[in-house]
Amino acid sequence: MTGITVERPERLRRTLTTRPTAQDIGFVAAARTAAISTLVIMGLIGVFLLIGAWPALHEEGWRFLTTTEWLPETGHFGIASLLWGTVLVGLFALCVAVPLGFGAALFITEYAPRSLKKPLVTLVDLMAAVPSIVYAMWALFFLQSHLLTIAQWLSVHLGPALPFLRVGTPDSPSSYTSSAFIAGIAVGVVVLPTVTSVMREVFAQAPVGEREGAIALGATRWGMIRTVVIPFGRAGMVGGVMLGLGRALGETIVVYAIISPTFGFTTRPLQSGTNTIAAHIASRYSESGGVALSGLLGAGLVLFLFTLVINTLAGVVVSRSRSGAATEI
Amino acid sequence: MTTLTHDLPAVHREARPVRRVRIGGADPELVSHVVGSAAGALALDWIVYERLISVSGAIGFWLCWYVVFLVMLAATSATTLDRVGVVDRLVGALVTTAGLVLVACLAGIVLFTFVRGRTALGHLNFFTQTTAYIGPDAPLDQGGIYAAIVGTLEQVAISVVFSVPLGIATAVYLSEVRGRLARTVRSVVEAMSAVPTIVAGLFIYSMLILKLGQERSGFAASLALCVSMVPVVTTTAEVVLRLVPGGLREASLALGTTHWQTVRRVVLPTARPGLVTAVLLGVARVIGETSPVLLVAGSTNELNYDPMHGPMLSLPLFVFTDMRMPIDQAIDRAFGAAVVLLVLVVVLFSLARMAGGRPLGHISRRKQRRLAAARARRLESEPVR
Repeated sequence: MTGITVERPERLRRTLTTRPTAQDIGFVAAARTAAISTLVIMGLIGVFLLIGAWPALHEEGWRFLTTTEWLPETGHFGIASLLWGTVLVGLFALCVAVPLGFGAALFITEYAPRSLKKPLVTLVDLMAAVPSIVYAMWALFFLQSHLLTIAQWLSVHLGPALPFLRVGTPDSPSSYTSSAFIAGIAVGVVVLPTVTSVMREVFAQAPVGEREGAIALGATRWGMIRTVVIPFGRAGMVGGVMLGLGRALGETIVVYAIISPTFGFTTRPLQSGTNTIAAHIASRYSESGGVALSGLLGAGLVLFLFTLVINTLAGVVVSRSRSGAATEI
Repeated sequence: MTTLTHDLPAVHREARPVRRVRIGGADPELVSHVVGSAAGALALDWIVYERLISVSGAIGFWLCWYVVFLVMLAATSATTLDRVGVVDRLVGALVTTAGLVLVACLAGIVLFTFVRGRTALGHLNFFTQTTAYIGPDAPLDQGGIYAAIVGTLEQVAISVVFSVPLGIATAVYLSEVRGRLARTVRSVVEAMSAVPTIVAGLFIYSMLILKLGQERSGFAASLALCVSMVPVVTTTAEVVLRLVPGGLREASLALGTTHWQTVRRVVLPTARPGLVTAVLLGVARVIGETSPVLLVAGSTNELNYDPMHGPMLSLPLFVFTDMRMPIDQAIDRAFGAAVVLLVLVVVLFSLARMAGGRPLGHISRRKQRRLAAARARRLESEPVR
């Protein structure tokens, strides 16, 4: 048997390489530049706030975080009371937004008739798009006068038992008008759509099989929600609450419209007078110069870092719930 | 089931008429319980609240009514249901209330603004004049928000020019190029959307006015608005680009196109309605921003067409200044301007919904006609082979 000799080619395997055209190189470079420029903008925000705030931070040092007064003329100023007021207003906002948002999100995903679901989702999105200045007007001209009576009732009837509900002069309505309580509730309405839409999204992702399983085992609707929807959406709920808190801390105009600024730790949230970082900046920027302005920039820097931390934590929690890592069985 | 009924004696079969089980719809028992409890609570609350305690205040009245209603609903439900059922019903009532409160809040805000803004909107001069040379207590048939409208349009237009290309290019990077930085960029964009708007204003103030020595102007305000607008455009656009089917990209690449040609000719045109949505949502977000504008736009009442020089009025700023004056006419004007702002936001939002509501790659009637006409022209011009 005479063999047929076959000439073997030198290389059996071709290597595939892409050679991007000049156009492609330009395109990728442009897209990358755009992406990097967003990083640069975020960096610049921090850098320029820090540069602007440096004189005040340098002068005050750590006292900037612990001083309650704001007297830049005497070199004695800090944001301790502002931070406390910001947290107080944020907590009141959460007291309104979390139960309502939780209920509304459950209503949209579980209780509403199917034909109403889509309109309701649109409505929540629209509510998030309403400018905060419109909320501020509503809060100032409508909500304030109505909440006044509730605040007064709370203070007069429950004040004797609970000291933090007391106010200076319980009989005059003006001691209640500009309190952290009213500002907090108004901000709560502003952040309500944020909380609702995050929670709705995670509730809607609860698996259908488990829902049907719970119903088939004889659970009531609430039983199904309690055993399936809430455990599956727990991380998203926490994330929604934190995102809402992040927005509430940065809310400026609504708070500024309601409160009358005071310095010092408000231990009586029903009493007129409190202050938040954002509202303080908005009210003082025009009359400040030199080290006072630098102090305002420092306050802004603290607010920036504060919201950044809260929102990053919220983002981590929400994305973990979205990836389904916590929901595998 | 049929086999079972066959075995039953004939008498039994006739005694039980077949009742259709209704699935869904309103449960008559539930409806009667809820309506009965609501009416009973209203009556009891009215007697106790108005007659016995005699405190006034609408909110207090309805709060008490609601508590009494819940108690009564629990009591009436307990007559037919067990504990689990009662709890289910109470939670249902609470959750439905939360939904209603949400809707009522939005409706209340919109209605309240419209009702209060009606007086100012009735005057035509409200849209064509400025409040530059009149006092805040001038009657409503003088002065208006023309300067504010001009300022808002210019500022929003400038920030669109800056942030839309930036936002969409970033979204293309995130979904098409998918470089090493994609994860970092995505989380930074998310963090950027959470930056308080007043901090954005402070940033521009610190950079442009303190460091670079520019004056307060409309341009500075639009830069501050960009900080809020870029993340909205980027996140929305990225979601839309990710919805473009991969098959389309592969088909295009298989035809031998380059990466850029695929993005330019296939991906972006397919996602066009969604990208329009992204832009409109971004505009709706920034058009009502007050705090950044407050810091960097300066204050004026005069008409200023030039965004680069001099302070510039805008709608949110106008509302903010006028609503704090203790003068009725100023407050009326503020409400009028707020209505204009609200209408703009709702219109932008509905347009965004309409653009985004269409499925990706959908070809509208008009476009179909245009394509057909183009094809016909081509066939006419080509010689018959």
